[in-house]
Amino acid sequence: MSATTDIQSTVEGGFAKRTLRQRLVGANTFWIALVLLALIVVFTVIAPEQFATLFTFQTLLIETSVLLVLSVGMTFVIITAGIDLSVGSVLIFAGMMCGKTMEWLCGGDATSAGWGVIAIGLVAAVVSGTAWGLLNGFLIAVAKIPPLIVTLGTMGGALGAAYLLNGGSDVRSVPSALNKTLGYGTSFGGVPNLVIVAAVITLVGAWLLHTTRFGRYTYAVGSNAEAARRAGIGVTGHLLKVYLLTGFLAGIAGFMSLAYYASTTITAHTTDNLNAIAATVMGGTSLFGGVGTVLGTVIGVFIPAVLKKGFNITQVQDFWQMIAVGAVLIAAVWFDQRRRRARNSR
Amino acid sequence: MSGPVLLDAQHIVKHYGSVEALRGASFQARAGEVTALIGDNGAGKSTLIKCLSGAEQPTSGRILLDGGEIHLDSPTTARRLGIETVYQDLAVAPELDPAANLFLGREIPRRGILGRLGMLDKAEMRRRAVEEFKRLGVTLQSTDVPIGSLSGGQRQSVAVARSVVWASKVVFMDEPTAALGVVQRERVLEVIRRVRDEGIAVVLISHNMPEVLSVADRIEVLRLGTRVARFVAADTRLEDLVAAMTGALTQDEEVA
Repeated sequence: MSATTDIQSTVEGGFAKRTLRQRLVGANTFWIALVLLALIVVFTVIAPEQFATLFTFQTLLIETSVLLVLSVGMTFVIITAGIDLSVGSVLIFAGMMCGKTMEWLCGGDATSAGWGVIAIGLVAAVVSGTAWGLLNGFLIAVAKIPPLIVTLGTMGGALGAAYLLNGGSDVRSVPSALNKTLGYGTSFGGVPNLVIVAAVITLVGAWLLHTTRFGRYTYAVGSNAEAARRAGIGVTGHLLKVYLLTGFLAGIAGFMSLAYYASTTITAHTTDNLNAIAATVMGGTSLFGGVGTVLGTVIGVFIPAVLKKGFNITQVQDFWQMIAVGAVLIAAVWFDQRRRRARNSR
Repeated sequence: MSGPVLLDAQHIVKHYGSVEALRGASFQARAGEVTALIGDNGAGKSTLIKCLSGAEQPTSGRILLDGGEIHLDSPTTARRLGIETVYQDLAVAPELDPAANLFLGREIPRRGILGRLGMLDKAEMRRRAVEEFKRLGVTLQSTDVPIGSLSGGQRQSVAVARSVVWASKVVFMDEPTAALGVVQRERVLEVIRRVRDEGIAVVLISHNMPEVLSVADRIEVLRLGTRVARFVAADTRLEDLVAAMTGALTQDEEVA
């Protein structure tokens, strides 16, 4: 291995790519993947009968689908050195708009609505999510207000607006056609449809971030906005698009959540924003910007979910999950800071 | 060693409100030469460079490139005309690798439909980057590590390379070696010499007089917003430069 490397670096005159092993060990994602793998192994050993079952993994995947979609958007935002606290509220607002639109189209009860109505509901969810994203993006990129403050404001704004839309109560008449297909249906012999949608969105997100110009600019803006501006990149426009994308994904997540729970679940998503941020950061995306992967975020979404499921099965009170996730989160940021300091002292 | 005058700035005036940063400064840079622009703090060097690289617009004055008058309304316009700038700081994205930094804002898309979807040809960019780094004598251990993990000199070499690769006419360098150690500085100066040898007009701002004398072919001195002296580096002593900068010596260039 090392002999090959030596020859190669001589030939290349010092421009060699690192070996696969060097790159693996150097990647945050690799270590966090090991943590996830270790968790799965430990729970499998403790409770093989209950944990390592198809059913466990099916429910695990379904329960993480909505959060995964939010976290993919969050990954883009955090790579630009931003933050979006509003995703959970936007999810609820989008679900509410979708539910209300479908009820209105059916004159009250949407339970037996057809696919035409559902499609219009989807458009309502996506448009309202994107609209909040546009507002966030405008205030952050154009008005230059710090993202923490803007999205703290829109977090309250979107939730309040969602409450106002239906007098503070949930919309519960969701088309059963939607609930049966996207919510509980499966394809390809047992893969939940909700998971397929989340997986497709994640793959498209990974493609966008890692192979396209849009992704490259996302990293550049987060790494050094001034350098990006000087290189002729439209930083304002790009930030606007990134927040727009996150709002768009929150809209889709709202639609997925409505399909799954058959209710707008107003009170259930208030910590989704923090869960998405925790998952993204745990997955190796740096809060200082410029660093992050979609794969890392996927792993970061699954660590809390596996912990919770594992604790449930092994009958440990699952409040421990919150403590464990908190500790892992702080450790992840600590490592990131140490890495940065070590680098900057060169 | 006397190429034609490539960039000719004539009587540039720049006001910031009531402050007159440039009072009719002229400046010339020739192809295939390093022209140093020196002056004490507040002499107007940075303002002049900003006016000539499109970052600021002069209040009055003319800028000629290759004999034709140009109007630089933005750095993008300047870049399109082959004028690039190396900034003292904030020049690179530390989390991106050298190839990505070199092609920042000028990424090569893939061929065909994938390229139209926005996909980048990373392999081609890396290959061309290695080629360009070799040509400019920039040595790197690896091309796929974040540029922030490189040494300061290598980082600055990449920043310099990024501008000169795209410059077809003029490169402005504002204190490119200010933050570097001796060895690293020498490496950056070597890159500057290579760029000059390719026929590009290099404009160097520096406070380091020995460095100016070692790398520059011509030296122009600004004082209080106007050019007060011009030297050919080969027959210039350090004392002359200092005298011109402090006002002890004037050649009355601007009156003529």
